[in-house]
Amino acid sequence: MNELLLLMKNELMVTAIIFLLLFIKVGKGMNNDRLLPLVQTLLLANLILGFFFNGEGSLFGNMYHTTPLIALQKNILGLGVYLISLLCSDWLKKTAHLAEFFLLMLSALLGMYFMISGGNLLIFYLSLELATIPVAAMTNFDLDKKRSSEGAMKLILSSAFSSGILLFGISLIYGITGTISFTELPQLADGSGLFIMAFIFLFSALAFKLSIVPFHLWTADVYEGAPVPVTAFLSVVSKGAVAFILMTVLYKVFQPIETTWYLLIVILSVASMLIGNLFAVRQQNIKRFLAFSSIAQVGFILVGVSSGDIGSSTAVVYFVLVYLFSNLAAFGVATVIGENSGKENIDDYKGLYQTNPFLGWVMALALFSLAGIPPTAGFFGKLFLLTAGGSKGSYIYLLIAALNMIISLYYYLRVIRAIFMDQNDTPVPAIKIGAAPKLGMIICGIGIVLTGMMGWIYDYIQSLH
Amino acid sequence: MNLLLLLGAPLLTAIAVLLSRTKQQVRWISLAGSVVQLLFALLLLFVFRAERSAGQAAQMLFEQNFPLIDALNIHFHIGVDGISVSMILLTALVVIAGVLVSWNIEKMTKEFYFLLILLALGAYGFFISLNLFVLFFFLEISVVPKYLLIGIWGSGKKEYSANKLVLMLMMGSGLIIVGMLGLYFSGGHDFDIMNLANAQIPTDRQNLIFPFMFLGFGVFTALFPLHTWVPDGHSSAPTAGSMFLAGISMKLGGYGCLRVAVYLLPEGAREYANIIIVLSSIAILYGAFVTMMQKDLKYINAYSSVSHVGFSLLAIGMLTQTAVTGALMQMISHGLMTALFFAVIGMIYDRTHTRMVNEMGGLMKVMPFITTVLFLVGLCSLGLPGLSGFVAEMTVFVGSWENDDVFHRVATIAAAMSIVVTAVYILRAVGKTAMGPVTNPEHLQLKDAAWNEKLAAIILLAGILSIGLAPGWLNELLTPGAEIIVNRIAGK
Repeated sequence: MNELLLLMKNELMVTAIIFLLLFIKVGKGMNNDRLLPLVQTLLLANLILGFFFNGEGSLFGNMYHTTPLIALQKNILGLGVYLISLLCSDWLKKTAHLAEFFLLMLSALLGMYFMISGGNLLIFYLSLELATIPVAAMTNFDLDKKRSSEGAMKLILSSAFSSGILLFGISLIYGITGTISFTELPQLADGSGLFIMAFIFLFSALAFKLSIVPFHLWTADVYEGAPVPVTAFLSVVSKGAVAFILMTVLYKVFQPIETTWYLLIVILSVASMLIGNLFAVRQQNIKRFLAFSSIAQVGFILVGVSSGDIGSSTAVVYFVLVYLFSNLAAFGVATVIGENSGKENIDDYKGLYQTNPFLGWVMALALFSLAGIPPTAGFFGKLFLLTAGGSKGSYIYLLIAALNMIISLYYYLRVIRAIFMDQNDTPVPAIKIGAAPKLGMIICGIGIVLTGMMGWIYDYIQSLH
Repeated sequence: MNLLLLLGAPLLTAIAVLLSRTKQQVRWISLAGSVVQLLFALLLLFVFRAERSAGQAAQMLFEQNFPLIDALNIHFHIGVDGISVSMILLTALVVIAGVLVSWNIEKMTKEFYFLLILLALGAYGFFISLNLFVLFFFLEISVVPKYLLIGIWGSGKKEYSANKLVLMLMMGSGLIIVGMLGLYFSGGHDFDIMNLANAQIPTDRQNLIFPFMFLGFGVFTALFPLHTWVPDGHSSAPTAGSMFLAGISMKLGGYGCLRVAVYLLPEGAREYANIIIVLSSIAILYGAFVTMMQKDLKYINAYSSVSHVGFSLLAIGMLTQTAVTGALMQMISHGLMTALFFAVIGMIYDRTHTRMVNEMGGLMKVMPFITTVLFLVGLCSLGLPGLSGFVAEMTVFVGSWENDDVFHRVATIAAAMSIVVTAVYILRAVGKTAMGPVTNPEHLQLKDAAWNEKLAAIILLAGILSIGLAPGWLNELLTPGAEIIVNRIAGK
């Protein structure tokens, strides 16, 4: 019993918060000004407790297993949700159904926790669904906006489709090997054509969640339509979780067909980087812009994923952490500006530095980090991913990735230029930033500047393997 | 001497600038910071010479090595040899001059000086690091300041120039990353320059990696045909920005070509030496002829930089010890000279609000100090004995002539001929600006240099003269380093 409590503590804590919210909602209710700080505190407590008592072990006949590394991955996701609750509090305070919103978001988070810890294909499938369906409901949360429901519709339809493909792949795998357990599958995998097809089905479902090209078509519309906290959740927390499980699936379960998936990953990552980058160049809406840039970032993550050793797993976890700080900071600025002035286009950011220097600097830091320019952590993250990817010795692949960094720098600079250099007759008025978003931005800023400088973080992640 | 002082001084200055309240405070803090940096650089020079004359023969002195990331075997390894010491001195001189000439910047003063000092920090870090990862970090740290300095405080088509410059330099960085990872995996999972120098990297691997490294750093130092960012970037940048770009940033590239590409990949260097010679000869001649057609003083100096930096690269391609020493001398001489040139152009532009040669004339009568400096720096640029340009170019030619086959001789002669062209454009531009009657009556009211401008010019002139009149000390500093590099190429 004790063991159960300790090993599943992340899940149990999130479940406890969910039930608490449920009781509050069913009971007397609470107004947003009081509920939001409560949720933020609970999430912070969850995050802090997550770093203690991390054991290793399996439960329920290997259906659930955890290691310190998995616990760290969960904490990174928890940190993401905590930061979103801070950064987006302007929007959250206004929403009429705050308790429901967090119920959904935390359910999705719970699904991700189970997904990362999953020990067989069944729990993997179930938790993937749990991590997806609430997000579709959250996408629809701007009830008076048509785009919001359009985005939700697109998301739910396409994720239902991808779930179908995933289930088909799982059933094929079960048909070939007779098992769904992650530990038994590698021994039974035969590498036949059918098995590879099953793998591709399963992989495409994950690729859909990560919005890897060519499974990315839903991304831009959903990101644009959804409220900013949901977009941030989708692009950071959800992607991080899937990147983590992708590594487990590739390195453990499909290890016997490594040559096959290596090629697949290389091709898809080049496609993602190129198409994500090229489409991002032309975007005007900041959310669409970040959507395409996140597609390119995922392509970059795949560079790290491709080589399949300890180094690449470390680099990916590290990069997700860095990406979380950088991307959330960008979304944080976008939501503060969006909620206070209603402006969402890059052209509206012209002259931002004159009126809001703090927001200007945070955005600049975030974008330079996304572009991989030192002294920000993004530089270290990208370099580690490239180092991991380079261990297979394909210089052309590395060169393509490095050259893609130039394209991405080009469009990130577009925003920087608008903020710092361009003149504007009607700039965003000076905004009084609330305490919570400001705290969130400062945490992100410190994360962006210090994560890279502190080399021991990388060593720490490596030591957990 | 603890080399971390060289990083600590600019870092503390930058933080102090951020915390200061008034523009006057910002200026004085930056000046104090850059004076401290110069003192540290001079101290380093003296301590270094004292150690060497006390018989300390290690290749690198004042080494420090802290583990940064164990998992990837990355260490914060720093140390200096004579080459780095002279580069650090160059940086410190340009920084203090840059701070002085920017005294009258009123627009976002705090941000301006902060970025300027960040740029200096990157340069110091670059010259002392002995680990490729750290070196690359410091190389890249300058991207943000360069972009913002040109884009915010620049003139003309500044956004275009800033974009072009940063993207082209990023392309160089992209190539360097690939080369760096190639070295990492070929040299036994190590980024350390001293260890990689001892690692046996197979010849075919060297031939594969060398172009990445050399072209990558070549972009930074305006290797033909990757030089196209130079004219736009320099002409759009604010005065201090141009000084830093041409005086320091381009030297980062040259230093990287030598220390990383040639030193770590000697067989690759031998393989590609002739291509380097051809490209740099083209750059020298092409740069000189294009300069003849320019009418804007900044463009004149920018294109002549392409030509002058070509001498450095030519000398690297020659692979003899004298030539490599000459390459380094040329880098330092050019750094001082071009920084001063841009400073003077900035001073003239601040007063006349034009940089067009044909809109000026007779300025000698109006502002004797500024024009005299312009003359001196022009003469240095065309290689007049007594100034640093002569010493550097002469060493390059002597070193190049040591190769006695037709190909090298032809390249040397072609390069040497460019000096005639240099004389033509320099004398024409300087003569038109300074001599004759005052063409624009409004120019009669102009004031000569203020104290800060005089001081900046004198500091840089002191550097130029100390090399031009007594090159021995610089030679002593550079030769041992050059010898080690050349011996590796010769396979000794």
